[in-house]
Amino acid sequence: MNAIWIVSKREFASFFVTPVGYIFIAIFLSMSGVFTFMFGNLYERGEADLLPFFNFHPWLYLFLVPAIAMRTWSEERKSGTIELLMTLPLSTFRIVVGKFLAAWLVLAVCLLLTAPLWITVNYLGDPDNGVIFASYIGSWLMSGAFLAVSMCMSALTKNQVVAFILAIVLCFFFVLTGSPIVLNLLSDWAPNWVVDTVASLSFLGQFQDIAKGVINANDVVFFVATIVIWLFANQVIIDHKKAS
Amino acid sequence: MICVNNLTKVFGDSTVVDDLSFEVNAGEVVGFLGPNGAGKSTTMKMLMGFLSITSGSVQINGKDILDAPLSIRKDIGYLPEGAPAYTEMTVYQFLTFIAQARGIPSKQRKQAILDVAEKVALKNVLNKTIDTLSKGFKRRVGIAQAMIHDPKILILDEPTDGLDPNQKHQVRKLIKDLAEDKIVIISTHILEEVSALCNRVMIIAEGEMRFDGTPQELLLKSKHHNAVSMQMRGLADISGLLELEGVADLHYDRQNSQITLFADAGTSIVEPVSAFIYENQLPVESFYQVKGSFDDVFREVTQSREGTI
Repeated sequence: MNAIWIVSKREFASFFVTPVGYIFIAIFLSMSGVFTFMFGNLYERGEADLLPFFNFHPWLYLFLVPAIAMRTWSEERKSGTIELLMTLPLSTFRIVVGKFLAAWLVLAVCLLLTAPLWITVNYLGDPDNGVIFASYIGSWLMSGAFLAVSMCMSALTKNQVVAFILAIVLCFFFVLTGSPIVLNLLSDWAPNWVVDTVASLSFLGQFQDIAKGVINANDVVFFVATIVIWLFANQVIIDHKKAS
Repeated sequence: MICVNNLTKVFGDSTVVDDLSFEVNAGEVVGFLGPNGAGKSTTMKMLMGFLSITSGSVQINGKDILDAPLSIRKDIGYLPEGAPAYTEMTVYQFLTFIAQARGIPSKQRKQAILDVAEKVALKNVLNKTIDTLSKGFKRRVGIAQAMIHDPKILILDEPTDGLDPNQKHQVRKLIKDLAEDKIVIISTHILEEVSALCNRVMIIAEGEMRFDGTPQELLLKSKHHNAVSMQMRGLADISGLLELEGVADLHYDRQNSQITLFADAGTSIVEPVSAFIYENQLPVESFYQVKGSFDDVFREVTQSREGTI
């Protein structure tokens, strides 16, 4: 059996033998409901799409993804199981990818469970389902980017709270770089290419196209590259400071 | 075969393992002894490639741990210090995960788990969550995961810590019953373990090798080796005892009227002493020869060199 699959199966199961997985899903669903209906005014807009739902995803992930990722390595360090795991004949790379896929799958489950919303807009009107499907894929890709960043922060410390805070700060940075506040601040004095580079680093900027249903190769490459880079950093960190 | 050359580990400015070299061959059961903080666990972690090596090398079956960590780990069963486990899983789930990670084919997996559970007496708790088990059971789960793939090399960090005497006996028997061509390295600070289990003893202190030999050789270093101890019924003239051939020293415990005679290294003093008692009609109640105690030697060998100066 493939090592990635073995690790990821164990990780995925561990979310659901403890209440962590269920609580996470419940909070994700209720929060996305609150955002969509109360702040997004899904009904009042009178348009058959899920834009208000997807628009809030970056902000939802900002808090929830670090919460699900913080235990990834911190808990292993704290309980000493990291020594057990890292002395099994499994490569660090596969363990990292396995852990990532397990948590990413939980996020996929969360997204799948929002399907009633999709059904609702189909019942009420005639939305462009291609757009909605593309948005779902995009949202999942973006959650993977948040997850890779947060897991990497978890690899740094045995304290879950520290891991959580570091992850939020870093994710917040990646969200904020695309917001008008930061860009306006920059555009006053910085040359255009700086503003563009900062904006292009932003999860928010990349996701805004996707939320509208436009998936271009750029955005996909951006999120996939972000995931790969942070997973690689994760592997380097674990390889270098397994024991501490 | 395990081949360790000039192994050194430095944390910050303290040297935890200092230029350690040794070889372990098939069939050897090595007791790795040392006071707490001597560097036992650190050495074992480096053997497994879990801790980075500051300098020196570790070769296992001809392969360097830095070059081929995965293929080396396949041949080793390892119980980390404190027997960590994924406590939210049941024993069966946990052992299944380890069996999968160890590459045991799915057809043999169930049998392997049942076999190892039988060996360490875990059958009754297979479906219990590890979290709910007592310390002794947790330790045995750790031993089970180390042995599940029937490894050629077994490295156990304090395998009997936290077990009751019955369980200790069981684990020792288990290790003794292992096939003869295996390498077993056990770290412990329980000295009785060594005489019960090992055919080789290594004592390290302050990261240095202080003794490497058989348990018998270790006993020879004991001041008490071949000493004679006797209990007196009352007062008697014992001054002549010290002049006997082979007697190195005499210790008289006034409170218990107990006399201990230490022998010169390698000589037996039972005969001359008993002849002396007979000649002088000493009021001796009991009389026995001491084999020597590991505790003594251990203390002598591991005492800080700086401390004794």
